[in-house]
Amino acid sequence: MFFVFPFYVVLAITFGGVDPILRQPVPAWNPANWNTAILSFTWSNITHSDGLYHQAFINTFVFVALATLGCLLIGYPFAYFLARHAGRWRGVFLVAFFTPFWISYMLRMLAWISLLQDDGYVNRILLKIGLLQHPYPWLDGKPLTLILGLIYGYVPFMVLPLYATLDRIPAPLLEAGRDLGANPARTFWRVTLPLSRQGILAGLVICALPMFGDYYTQQLLANTANTRMLGNAVVDSLTQPIFVSRGAALILVMLVILIVPILYYLRSTNRAAAEGLG
Amino acid sequence: MSSLPAIAGPQRSFTSRARDALSNPWGRTRFLWVVGIGYVLWSLVPVVNAVVFSFNRARSITQWGGFSLRWYITDPNESVLHDPNLRHAILQSFTLALLTVVIAVPFGVAFAIALRHWRGRSSGTSNFLMMFSFVTPELILAVALFLLFIDAFRVFGLGTFAQAMGLVVLALAYPVVIVRARLLSIGATYEEAAMDLGASPMRTLGRVTLPMLAPSIFASAAIIFVFTLDDFVVVNQLARDSSNETVAMAIYGAARTAPTPATNAVGTLMLVASTIVVTVTVMLYRRAGRRRGDIESP
Repeated sequence: MFFVFPFYVVLAITFGGVDPILRQPVPAWNPANWNTAILSFTWSNITHSDGLYHQAFINTFVFVALATLGCLLIGYPFAYFLARHAGRWRGVFLVAFFTPFWISYMLRMLAWISLLQDDGYVNRILLKIGLLQHPYPWLDGKPLTLILGLIYGYVPFMVLPLYATLDRIPAPLLEAGRDLGANPARTFWRVTLPLSRQGILAGLVICALPMFGDYYTQQLLANTANTRMLGNAVVDSLTQPIFVSRGAALILVMLVILIVPILYYLRSTNRAAAEGLG
Repeated sequence: MSSLPAIAGPQRSFTSRARDALSNPWGRTRFLWVVGIGYVLWSLVPVVNAVVFSFNRARSITQWGGFSLRWYITDPNESVLHDPNLRHAILQSFTLALLTVVIAVPFGVAFAIALRHWRGRSSGTSNFLMMFSFVTPELILAVALFLLFIDAFRVFGLGTFAQAMGLVVLALAYPVVIVRARLLSIGATYEEAAMDLGASPMRTLGRVTLPMLAPSIFASAAIIFVFTLDDFVVVNQLARDSSNETVAMAIYGAARTAPTPATNAVGTLMLVASTIVVTVTVMLYRRAGRRRGDIESP
């Protein structure tokens, strides 16, 4: 009930109307009275290239896709290292890996804000080694900064399922690959990678899903109109009562789009749990 | 299995070593060590930098001006100790975290125990809803709750109550999942034994089930505490005015405008608090596991 009722309110407000005098949303509790005007308004503003939410919609998909890919490219080698090669240092690396989970996200972003200032350490180092001639304005609404920030914020969620999967691959399988004459690249390609497919998929889903609802990273690292994401559109519309129902409609659209990966993830973890117990 | 013994001495040329490194099937470790150490540095050095700058004598968060406790104690207006907003934010964060633990843990434990007794469809459905709240973007839940509290639950309105309720909904899944895993691993044997020896169901629960679940209950309380201490989305969306501001919201607000080292200082204090909670939990959990002779991860 805790979960179902709030979602029903989203539906009621999306399909409700807007009171013309009080200028605030009027929910329609009875599905028979549902009115699709607000939803179709929101949807047409997403699909039309000059719509209110079009840019934010495209941005969200591009940024999330690039950041998730970045998480995979950084997370996979690290998880692989952790599972196979850290040896007796594994405990130390595991503790270091888990630390960000209990450091506040805001503190971690604040750390980057100070590093990326025009006179921050990143620019100072890049100037000193000669990669830059002038300080790069990282915090001037650059999509690159936002994507790097998202990668930094979410990469632990990628490493976790990858590490769990890679750690479970039995060593004899790899030795068999080696004994049968496969070189390391081939063993990796034919044995490790296929066996870690489940972990990769889980990591992609678990990384990408929260990013869709992220609006604060954009606000902190790249606060301009051209990097707006869907989350920003939602939060902005909630600040004015007259636009609240648009926010509800946007959330509904987001939920409908994400429901497929969510269900896929739930099904696959359920199956994995069932196999583990059986 | 990690690497073969090195055969060569230091006098070998770079090319022959490179050839060896390429031909040795399990010799990719050096590259992976770079990745491993690089990853850890990348993930932790920014935070260390932020902590160091909380002790800056100067006002800047980029130019180091020497060590001082100005932003913690001594500055008469802007230090954490003397800024009423920051003090209030710390209080609000801890209040919400405690409230959430006190409400969500008993509910979650009861839910986990109940899930075992009702089999079939309803347990599957609630289990599914629990997991659903794990993977759905927090913003979706936050907006749904926001709409709930400005509309159907207008009597309560936004504010501390709404924030606590939102956090409970968000956090409820943790004790359910953790305690449930523990319940499944203990099995029903002990409870059946207690019942056979004549204990009533209530007595079995109090004398057998709950003590056996204690480590996992404690672990989930700690996880919820640390997690709600840092929560931003739900707390921010369900706040009414500045009196509901938590530390995460204060850092967010300052970071968007003009952060001073006091922002770093308050973040550092919260980091210390959650590190203490995590360390104590891990130690107690390990000790409980060792005493029982079965170390088990939740």
